[in-house]
Amino acid sequence: MKITTVRRINQLFFFALFVWFCIVTTVGEKFWQIRNWPINWILQLDPLVALGTIISTRKFYGPLHCALGVVILTIIFGRFFCGWICPFGAIHQFVGYLGNRRKKLADKIRLNAYRKAQCIKYLVLIFFLGMAAFPSLASTLQTGLLDPIPLVTRSFQLVLLPIFDRGTYLTSVNARYYEFGWLILAVFAAAILLNLVIPRFYCRFICPTGAFLGIISRFSIWRIGKIKSKGIECKMCEKACEGGCEPNGNIKIAECVLCFNCRDGCQHHHIAYKTVPSLAGETQVDISRRGVVLSFVSGVLAAPAIRLSGKVASNWYTGVVRPPGALAEPEFLKRCLKCGQCMRVCPTNVIQPAGIEGGLEGLWTPILNNRIGSSGCQLNCVACGQVCPTSAIRPITLDEKRGLGVFESAGPIKLGTAFVDQGRCLPWAMDKPCIVCQENCPVSPKAIFTKDVFTTVRDGVVSIKQVTGSTIEIDRDIPADKFATGDYYVLFEDGSRCKISSNTATSVGISEGKLPASAGKIEIQVRLQKPCVDIEKCIGCGVCEHECPVSGRRAIRITAEGETRITDRRLLL
Amino acid sequence: MTESNQINSSRRQLIIRGAKAAASIAAAVGVARWLYDPKGPEAKTAPDPFFGEAKGLPDFSVPRKDGQVISIVKGENRAKTVNKAIELLGGIERFINPGDIVVIKPNVGFATPPILGATTHPDVITAVVKLCYARKAKKVIVTDNSINDPASCFTISGISKAASAAGAEVIMPRESYFSPLTLEGGSLIKDWPIYCAPFAKANKLIGIAPLKNHHRSAASMIMKNWYGLLGGRRNVFHQDINNIIAELAVLVKPTLVILDGTVTMMTNGPTGGSVSDLKKTNTMIASCDMVAADAFGSSMLNLRPADLPYLAIAEKAGVGTVDYESLKPLRTEVT
Repeated sequence: MKITTVRRINQLFFFALFVWFCIVTTVGEKFWQIRNWPINWILQLDPLVALGTIISTRKFYGPLHCALGVVILTIIFGRFFCGWICPFGAIHQFVGYLGNRRKKLADKIRLNAYRKAQCIKYLVLIFFLGMAAFPSLASTLQTGLLDPIPLVTRSFQLVLLPIFDRGTYLTSVNARYYEFGWLILAVFAAAILLNLVIPRFYCRFICPTGAFLGIISRFSIWRIGKIKSKGIECKMCEKACEGGCEPNGNIKIAECVLCFNCRDGCQHHHIAYKTVPSLAGETQVDISRRGVVLSFVSGVLAAPAIRLSGKVASNWYTGVVRPPGALAEPEFLKRCLKCGQCMRVCPTNVIQPAGIEGGLEGLWTPILNNRIGSSGCQLNCVACGQVCPTSAIRPITLDEKRGLGVFESAGPIKLGTAFVDQGRCLPWAMDKPCIVCQENCPVSPKAIFTKDVFTTVRDGVVSIKQVTGSTIEIDRDIPADKFATGDYYVLFEDGSRCKISSNTATSVGISEGKLPASAGKIEIQVRLQKPCVDIEKCIGCGVCEHECPVSGRRAIRITAEGETRITDRRLLL
Repeated sequence: MTESNQINSSRRQLIIRGAKAAASIAAAVGVARWLYDPKGPEAKTAPDPFFGEAKGLPDFSVPRKDGQVISIVKGENRAKTVNKAIELLGGIERFINPGDIVVIKPNVGFATPPILGATTHPDVITAVVKLCYARKAKKVIVTDNSINDPASCFTISGISKAASAAGAEVIMPRESYFSPLTLEGGSLIKDWPIYCAPFAKANKLIGIAPLKNHHRSAASMIMKNWYGLLGGRRNVFHQDINNIIAELAVLVKPTLVILDGTVTMMTNGPTGGSVSDLKKTNTMIASCDMVAADAFGSSMLNLRPADLPYLAIAEKAGVGTVDYESLKPLRTEVT
C-alpha cells in the first residue's frame, strides 16, 4: 500500500473519530451518548492547547499529557499531526483537492508553491503567546480563537451538528440554539472556502498550531527531501504539495506537513523521507527578527489593552453568568479554549457562546442564558465541568456544587443571584397571581418565598343590594365568573374575608364564613403572593428566570452578583 | 568531496541534529514534568477561595500603664491640645522610639476641606508628625484608603500638604497594597482584602480621627476610622455595621489613638458638608484604649455608650473598656 493511502486512511480515521466524539458529547442513556467516551482526546492531543495553558497558567494540566507525546513525535518526525491527524487539516485537504482537482498541472504547481506570507502563522502564534505570557499585565488565553482543534470542535458542536439536527433530531430531542453561532460558522466557512483560493490556506497562512509544530520540527531526525542534488525539473512533486514547502528545490522544512504527496508523485524516486537533509537544500522557519519582536510585543500589549474596558475589573458585565465550577474570571480567561464542549454537553442548552459583553477576550466563552434551552442550570448536573478539557470549569462533584458533605461550610456554588423586577412581575405590578418562580425554585428550603397580601381589584368597591343565602347581590355590573377562580375574596366592612366561589354579572357567591349584614359596602380583593428572593439561599441556577411567564424580558432574572467564584462580587457577609 | 566524505559529513550532521532533537525532547519533558499539575485547580472546602492565603496585621501596641490610659484636654488650639494630651499619657517617648517607622491613619474619607470637619484636621497631623520626628522616628507615613477619589481627598482635606510639610510620606492606596486577611474568631473579616502594605514595614501605628455623627452606625470616631483599612466592595459590611466595626477594632492594635473633638459633626454625618453641621466642642482625646475613647466621644454627640452597640461588642472581645471613667481619665485644659 502506498504511504499516501495509509495517510488518507489515517486522516479519515481521525476525522471519523472526531465526529464521533462530537456526536457522543450529549447527555443521555444511549450508547452513542456520553459513556466515558474520551471526547476530549483530540483536544488533549493538540500541542497548542498544552503550550497556551502552560504559558498562561505556568502549569501543565495533567489531562493534557498526550500533547507531550505529539510534541516529542514532532521533534523526531516532523509535522505528522498536521498531515495525518488534525481533523481540520483533513477537511482542508479534502476541500482543497475537490476545489482544484480539475486545474491544469502548471496551475496546481503554482497554487502549491511556497509563499512568503506563510510566515503569518508564526506571527499569529507569537502574538497569542504574548497575550498569555505576562500575568502582571493581564494574561489571557486567546489561542482558541484560531487553534484548529478548538475551532473545528466549536464549529461542529455548536453549528454543524445543531444545523444537521434541525430536521433529523438525531443527536438532540429539540433544536439546539447557540447565540453567536453565526459568527462561529462564518469563521469556519471562511476557513473552508479559502481552500478554493489556495489549498490548505488555513494551514499554510493562519494555523498557530502548525506554526508551533513547524518550529519544533526543526531538528527532526527524519525529513522529506531530495536524494539527488540535480534532477529533472518536472516539479511533479509540487503539484499536490499540501504544505506549500517546495520539495523540488530548497525545501521549507517547517512548512512540510508530511503528506508524502511529493514522494508518491515523483516518478523518478528522487524524493525520500530519510535522515539526510534534502540534497537540494533546506530552509528553516522564514520569519524576520523584526516580525517576531513586533508580534510578541503587540501580543503582550494587546492583553492589557483589551482589559482597558474594565470588563475583568469593576466594570464587569452582570450578564456574564458562568457555568458552575468556573474559575474566578482572570483564572478562567487563562484557561478557556472556547472549544464549546460545555455548551454542547449541557443537557438544557443553557450554556451559550458569549459575545463580547464580557470583554473582547470573552468571545465564545461559556455564559448562561436562561431564555435559551429547556430549564436553566439543573441542580443535579455537573456535566460542563466534567467535559472541560482545561479545567476552566473545574470538574466539580455534586457535593461541591450543592455544598454537601465536606463542602458544607463552603456552601453551594452560586452562579449569581435572582433579582425580582417588581415593575414587570405579575403579582407585584399587575395584581395577578402567579409565583411560577417560587414553585420551580429547586433549592430546599426554597430560595424564593412569598409575601402574601390582599389587594382590592380595580373598581372592586361595590355596594350590597341584597343578600340571599350565600349570594351577595351587588349594585354594579362585574365580569361574570372572573372572580370565581379561588384567588378572589370579599372583604367585609368588619374586616373579615370570604373566598368568592361563584360570581355572575351582578352577584358574588361565597362558600364559607359568616354572612354580612344586608347593606353596606364590600371590596372584591385578590390574594397575591409576591415573590421575594432569599439571597442566602439563591444559587443563581436560573430555573425561575427560565420559567417566568413574562416571556420577553423576564420579571425575575439572574445576574452574576453574589456568584461564589469571585469573592469581591459577594452580596452577603 | 569524495563519496565517503559526503557520507561522513551527513552522518556528522545527523548526530548533531539528533543531539539537538534529543535536547529538545529532554527540554519539553523537563518543562512538562516541572510544571506538571495532575489535579488542576483545587476544590475549596471553605468559603472565599479567591484572595488566597490569609495573613495578619502586626501588633503595634505598647505596654499598658494603669492611670495613663486616656487623657482628655480642653482647648481650641489643636497643636497645643494634642501635645498636652500625649504628654499626659507619658509623652511621645512612651509610644515612639528613635528609629521607628510610624504609620498615621487619619480619616481622609472625603474630598472636603478641613473647615467642614469630615476629615482629620491637618493641624493634628502636623503636630503628631512633628512629635514623631522630634523623637527621632526614622519615617512617618500618612495613609488612608479613601471613600472619594484618594488624590482629591488628600489634597482637598489639606492632609497631603500638612504631612509633606512636616516631612511625612503620603501613601495613596493602590490595588496591589491590599492582601487577603482573615480575622481569627471573626465572622465577617474572612479572606477579605485589607490595606496591609503600608503597615508591613512599620512598627508603630497612630490612629487620628475626627468626631462625627454617622447615619448607619450613629457615630464615626476611632473604631469606625479603621473601616479605611478594608478594600474590595467593603460596603457589603454595612449590612452588619456594628460587628464589622468591632471586628476591625479587634484586628487593628494601634500604638495610640487620637480623637479630635475640637469641632464635632453633630448632624448629616459622616460627610457633613456645611459648617452648620458642626459644633465647637474644644476637646482632644488621646488614648491607648479606643473603646474608652469612643465611649467618651459618644457623650459629645449627646449619645450614651449603649447607643453604640459596637462598643459593647468590642469590650466583650477584650479590645477595651466602655466605662472610661473607671480608667481615671487625665484631664486638663490648655489655652
